[in-house]
Amino acid sequence: MSISDRFRGAWDHDLAWNFRRSPVVIIAALLTLICVGGAVFAPWLAPHSPFDSGTLILTDGFTPPAWTAGGRSQYLLGTDDQGRDLLSTIMYGARISLAVGVASVLFSMVLGVGLGLISGYVGGTVDAFIMRVADIQLSFPPILIALLIDGVARVALPREAHDQIAIYVLVLAIGVSSWVQYARTVRGSTLVERNKEYVQAARVIGRSQASIMLRHVLPNVMGPVLVLATIHLATAIITEATLSYLGVGVPATQPSLGTLIRVGNDFLLSGEWWITVFPGVALIVLVLSVNLLGDWLRDALNPKLR
Amino acid sequence: MKLARLFAAAVAAVAVLSIAAVPGYAATLRWGAQNDILTLDPHSQNHTTTHGLLQHTYESLVRYTKDFQVEPSLATSWQQVSPTQWRFNLRKGVKFHDGTPFTADDVVFSYGRIIQPQGTNQIYVSGVKEVKKIDDYTVEMILSGPNPVLLRLLVDFRIMSKAWSVKNKSENVQNYVAKEESFASRNANGTGPYVIKLWEPDKRILMSANAAWWDKIEGNATEVIYTPIKADATRVSALLAGDVDLVTDLPTQDVTRLRTDPKLKVLDGHEVRTIFIGMDQYSTELLYSNIKGKNPFKDIRVRKALNISVDREAIKRVTMRGLSIPAAIMVAPGVHGYTTELDKVSTTDVEGAKKLLSEAGYPNGFEFGLDCPNNRYVNDEEICQALVGMWAKAGLKVKLNAQPMASFISKIQKFDHSAYMLGWGVATFDANYTLQSLMRTKTTGADGSFNLGRISDAKLDALIDAAKIETDVKKRDILLRDGLVLTRDNYYYVPLHHQLRPWAMKKNVTTVYKSDDRPESRYARIE
Repeated sequence: MSISDRFRGAWDHDLAWNFRRSPVVIIAALLTLICVGGAVFAPWLAPHSPFDSGTLILTDGFTPPAWTAGGRSQYLLGTDDQGRDLLSTIMYGARISLAVGVASVLFSMVLGVGLGLISGYVGGTVDAFIMRVADIQLSFPPILIALLIDGVARVALPREAHDQIAIYVLVLAIGVSSWVQYARTVRGSTLVERNKEYVQAARVIGRSQASIMLRHVLPNVMGPVLVLATIHLATAIITEATLSYLGVGVPATQPSLGTLIRVGNDFLLSGEWWITVFPGVALIVLVLSVNLLGDWLRDALNPKLR
Repeated sequence: MKLARLFAAAVAAVAVLSIAAVPGYAATLRWGAQNDILTLDPHSQNHTTTHGLLQHTYESLVRYTKDFQVEPSLATSWQQVSPTQWRFNLRKGVKFHDGTPFTADDVVFSYGRIIQPQGTNQIYVSGVKEVKKIDDYTVEMILSGPNPVLLRLLVDFRIMSKAWSVKNKSENVQNYVAKEESFASRNANGTGPYVIKLWEPDKRILMSANAAWWDKIEGNATEVIYTPIKADATRVSALLAGDVDLVTDLPTQDVTRLRTDPKLKVLDGHEVRTIFIGMDQYSTELLYSNIKGKNPFKDIRVRKALNISVDREAIKRVTMRGLSIPAAIMVAPGVHGYTTELDKVSTTDVEGAKKLLSEAGYPNGFEFGLDCPNNRYVNDEEICQALVGMWAKAGLKVKLNAQPMASFISKIQKFDHSAYMLGWGVATFDANYTLQSLMRTKTTGADGSFNLGRISDAKLDALIDAAKIETDVKKRDILLRDGLVLTRDNYYYVPLHHQLRPWAMKKNVTTVYKSDDRPESRYARIE
C-alpha cells in the first residue's frame, strides 16, 4: 500500500469523514491545536519570559492592551501589576493548566481503569467493595473531595514544601476525585467481555489472570475510556482553575490560568480589566474546544448515532 | 392569603427597622478591614490590628486625643514625685464589663502580666521597674531612669481585671508563638466603651456599646460589626454594595475610583508606619541560601547593595499608585525625630550594587529567602515580588515565601528566615520606640522585641539607652537623630516607604482619621 493509498484510507475512514463534515469540530480542533501548541512551545514562542524576575520592568506595569489608548506594541495583551507581558503569562499559565489537567486525567484513568478491571473481572466481594467505595465517593461533589485532599496535604506537609509540591498535590486531588467514572465504565464493559469466547479460550490455554486482564480484556474496553478521558480533560482543567482561583491550587510564582484570573480579579474594579479577562477568555476557549472535541468523539464512535 | 400575611409581616419588620435607624438613635457601624485580630489577650501580641480592636474594650491609664496628645483615661491625674517616680490617681467608680470594680490591684496585676516574656508588649512599660499600690485608687511607678515618653508608652498598656483573670486561670500571657490558647485569648473583659460580644476568628467580631462606661461615646455607633475580608476586590465590593459602612486597608488600585463614587467618601491621611526589609545579621550561616558556612548579610557592602538596588520610586508609582512616601530612614513623617533632611532617598544604582556584591566576594550574587506577609500591609506581596525582580537585576536570587500574617509572624519570630518584610507603626509617635524595638540588641524585654535580624551594635545601643532616659528635649533629639542616621548608614535595614492609608466610607458616615490607622468607633456617627 503506497503512502497516498494509506492517506486515502485514513481520509475515507468513518472518523475522518465525520470530522470533515462538521465545521464546528474543525474550528474546535484548530483552537485546541493553537492552545496546546502555544502552551507546549511557550518557552520558544512567548515574546517575553514572565517568570524570569530579572527581566521584568516594574515601571511597565499595568500597560493596557496594544490596541487601546496607552497600549504598547511589545505587550499585545497588556501587562499585569509586575510588568509581566500578559500574552506570555497566559501561554505559560496554559502550560501549567494543561500539564495538571493531562497528568490528573492520566492518574485518574490509571486508577479508575485498574480498579474497574479488577472489579469487573474478579467480581464477588472485591467487586462489591470497590463499587461501594465508588458509590460513596459519587455522593460527594468532586470539587469538595479535591479541596479535602488539598487541605489535608497542606496540613500534613511542612509549609516550605507547599510551593514545590503544590502541583503534585493538585494532580493527586483532582485524580482521586474523579476515578469513579472510569471504574464504572470499565467494570461494565469488563462484565460483558469476561464471558466472551476469546477470554475463555485464553483461560483454557492457561494464561494468568493478570495477563488476561491486561492483554485481552483491557484493549477491548478502552474505547469508551478514551472518550471519557477527552471530556474529562476539560473538567480537570476547570477543576484546577477553580482550586487555583480559590487560592489552594498552584502558587502565584508559577501561575496557572486559574491563578491568573484570581490575581487579576483584584484589579477588575479599578479598570485594569485585561489582567483578569484575557486569562479567563483563554480558559474558556481551551475548555470549550476540548469539550467540543470530546463530544464529537463520543458521537462519532457511537454506532447508534450514525 | 398566606403571601399577603407574609407581605404584611415584612412591611412591619421594615417599619420597625427603619425606626431603629433614625439618626441620633442607636446605629450599627459595619466595619470591613483586611485582617482579623490575632488574639483577645491584650498583653500577648504587639500587632496593630489587634491593638486597634482591643482599644475598644480594654483601656489604659491614659489615652490619645484626636490629635495624639495624651489625656486622662483610667488615671485621672498624675504627678512626678521624682524623675523616676510617677504617681497616678485612678478613676473611681469604674467597673469592668463583668461588674468587678477597677482598683489599683488591677494595675499592679496588669503590669506583672504584660512583662511576662512570652508576650511582645513589654515595650509599653519599658523602663518601669515596679508598680506599687499606694491605696485602692493610687499607684506609683518606679522607673529605672527618667523616661520622657512614659505617658505615650502607657497608652497601649491595657488594664485587665485581676479577679477575672484569676477566676479564669488567665494570669499568664498567652504564648502565641507556641499556639497556646487561654480563656483571656478567647474572651475579653475590659473597662472600655465597647463590650466584645463575640469573636468568630476570620469571620466577625461583634461589639456593643458599654452603657456603664465612665465617658460618653461621641458618635452614635452602639453596635459595631467588624468583618475581616482578606480579598481586596471583595472588600471594596462590600462597600460599593453597601454591606459595610467603613472600609480600612483600602487597596491602592481602587482609591481613585472610590473618590469619584457619589455615594462614598475617602478620608485621607498618612499612617505613621514604615515598610522595610530586615535581614538576618546574626546566624553564622544564612538560612535558605546557597552560601554555606557564612552569612553574607553580616557584610555592610551586601546590605548596601540590597539597599541601592531597590527602585523605590517605581514601587511608589506602579505598585502603590502614588500612595507612599519613599523612605531612607526607619520612621515616618509625624513621628518625633523625623526630619525630611534625614529621609533623602538615594538614587537606584544596580551597577553599583553589582560592584559591591563582587567586592564582598559574591560576583555571581547568592540566594536567599524572603518571608513576606500577604494580608497585612498595603500591597505587601506585590512589593515583595517587585523586590525579587529588582534584586534579580543585581544578581541576587530571592525565593519569595508569601504567607498570611498569622503564620508569617510566628515563623519570623522564631528567627526562621534569612530576610523578611515588616512594617513598623509608631504607637508612641516617638522615634525611640522604633529604635528600641527594631535596632536595640535583643534581650528578653522590650529591647529589640522585633529586632528579628538580631542586629547588635554597641554604639547604637548606647544611643538608644541614653534616649530612653534623657529628659532634655534638645539633647534627646540629637540622640534620636544619631540613632536614625547610624541605622541608615550601616544599612541595618532596607527601608522601603512610609504608607499612606486612606479610609473609605459611605457618605452618611463621619469619623475621625487617626494616623495610627486605628479607627475608634466611639467617634463614628452614622446619619
